[in-house]
Amino acid sequence: MSTPVISVADLTKTYAVGEVEVPALRGVTLEVRAGEFLALTGPSGSGKSTFMHLLGCLDTPTGGGYLLNGDDVSTFSKRDLARVRNRDIGFVFQGFNLLSRTSAMENVELPMLYAGRIPAAERRARAKAALESVGLGARLDHHPNQMSGGQQQRVAIARALVNNPVLLLADEPTGNLDSRTSVEVMDIFQRLNRERGLTIVLVTHEQEIAEHATRIVAFRDGRVRADQQVAYRRDAVVELEHVNAQADADALMTA
Amino acid sequence: MSIAMTFIVALKALRRNAMRTALTALGMIIGVAAVIVMVAIGNGARISIETQIKSAGSNIVMVNAGSGPFGPVRQGQGNTTTLTPEDAEAIRREVPGIRYMSPGVNTRAQLVAESGNWGTQIQGAGQALAELRAWPMQFGAFFTEQDVTRASKVVVLGSVVRDQLFGAGADPTGAVVRIKNQPFKVLGVLTTKGQGANGQDQDDTVIAPYTTVQKKLLGQTHLQNITISAADGVPLDTVTQGITDLLTVRHKIAPGEDNDFLVRTLEEIATVLTSTTTTMTYLLAGIAAVSLLVGGIGIMNIMLVSVTERTREIGLRLSVGARDLDVLRQFLVEAIVLSLAGGAVGIGLGFGAASAVSRFAGWPAVVSPDAVAMSFAFAAAIGIFFGFYPARKAAALDPIEALRFE
Repeated sequence: MSTPVISVADLTKTYAVGEVEVPALRGVTLEVRAGEFLALTGPSGSGKSTFMHLLGCLDTPTGGGYLLNGDDVSTFSKRDLARVRNRDIGFVFQGFNLLSRTSAMENVELPMLYAGRIPAAERRARAKAALESVGLGARLDHHPNQMSGGQQQRVAIARALVNNPVLLLADEPTGNLDSRTSVEVMDIFQRLNRERGLTIVLVTHEQEIAEHATRIVAFRDGRVRADQQVAYRRDAVVELEHVNAQADADALMTA
Repeated sequence: MSIAMTFIVALKALRRNAMRTALTALGMIIGVAAVIVMVAIGNGARISIETQIKSAGSNIVMVNAGSGPFGPVRQGQGNTTTLTPEDAEAIRREVPGIRYMSPGVNTRAQLVAESGNWGTQIQGAGQALAELRAWPMQFGAFFTEQDVTRASKVVVLGSVVRDQLFGAGADPTGAVVRIKNQPFKVLGVLTTKGQGANGQDQDDTVIAPYTTVQKKLLGQTHLQNITISAADGVPLDTVTQGITDLLTVRHKIAPGEDNDFLVRTLEEIATVLTSTTTTMTYLLAGIAAVSLLVGGIGIMNIMLVSVTERTREIGLRLSVGARDLDVLRQFLVEAIVLSLAGGAVGIGLGFGAASAVSRFAGWPAVVSPDAVAMSFAFAAAIGIFFGFYPARKAAALDPIEALRFE
């Protein structure tokens, strides 16, 4: 077997709130192999977001080990963690987090600015390719306020992909989107997972969204409560056809 | 991120908030412009004082009778009787580089004319005094060498004395005034010269031949002072030294003994005045520097607001791989760009304002390259100093909290 992309063993995280110590993770052991599409679910306060931040190297664990692609990142310095976030991990957030008054191209170029010296021409070519791969080839110079929520999230996905990460982390990526746009975004994730074999970890509290993944890990009280493969996986392409057919039917009815 | 890229990112960030950037830079612009204009006005004042002193005769050397060696009693300056007309004549003959020389004895007396009387200073002088002090006549003529040799009872009036005795603007040439009950013929009136370097009214005076003052008014043979002007291009130091050497020999002053005379130049007075205006310039620059400081605080304030406002942006940058050093540099460069741009515009504005001041106020304003370089360096330093705290605050942000920030 090849090295798992994620391998965590007995991972714990405790926050000190004043005098009180609040345990957010109470020992999580998990392995994610390359090409898996994992959904993390659980109620708020279950520790799934904390776990996500640890996976994303945005935070360091209190105890336990974390191997990312075989590297023990739990011992890395802040500077090395920044490099890992830059090269190995792509983030997609609920609130998109695009730079306002900045074009889609420049937003997607951002991670490359922190990746050492990449010539401007190469940066532009890569940003353009990433935007085209999420279907935004025609909106390279649009600013976030000129785009719909779905389009903004696709810019954010292009930004997450531009440095060719081994792992894509998505934190409630459909939380701010309507159901149709959510399915469109899930379609992109499924395609990336299927066509490129990209490993994806997605945090969501919606069961329907989670069922687009290949495997669902449920959190409760800082521990893994359930970990199972998805038996009846949703296919965004089929859903979209369904939604479109429904829309056509509605159009016919009102005509 | 490379430095060049950091600059581009900073410029873009500043352009995104063009109005705010302009207003923040305005604090810097005004501060730098104020420093430059204030220093320019101070320099202008110094230069105008220097030219005034030159016009009053910067090439003039004064020899005053000093305090003499009268046993243990040290009297004040001007009390020795050892400075004589012969000394004056010897200086004129023997010291090279002398253009005009005028022996001097001064006294105060009451002038009585038919229409009134006026107490004033009587200056006994040589016939060369008018040329020496570049002091033309308004009416009549100055007394001649003959008047000096004969100790004629003639006077030349300063304009203030004329105004008091004969009425403003009158021409009293040929009239007679009485000094100590002796009739003196008025030869003419000098043009108005105004206030002197020491603040005294130069026009409140009467000038008579020094021989007349000695014999008819004071009954003495010694002099109080000798006024000498150096020829053009002759350094005052050589003249001063020549006079000192000559008088030391003539007065038989032994080595180690105090001189009984004092040789001074107006240049010394000029030095004092120049240092006064320099102090004033520093004062003005100091006040202007305060506004530069206020501008810097404005930058810090806006940078702090900007950091808070862009917390999510910072979180995002950290999450896509920015190191805290990158964030620190980004905000620091923004602050520096802001202050340097303000500084550059301020220098332009300072030049403009300085030339406007000199044109409309008739006051020379000289922009010194020092002030320009200094205020620009100061602007950069302020950018670094006041930009550092907000930048460090930005760099110290926790990525997770920054991303969650609403």
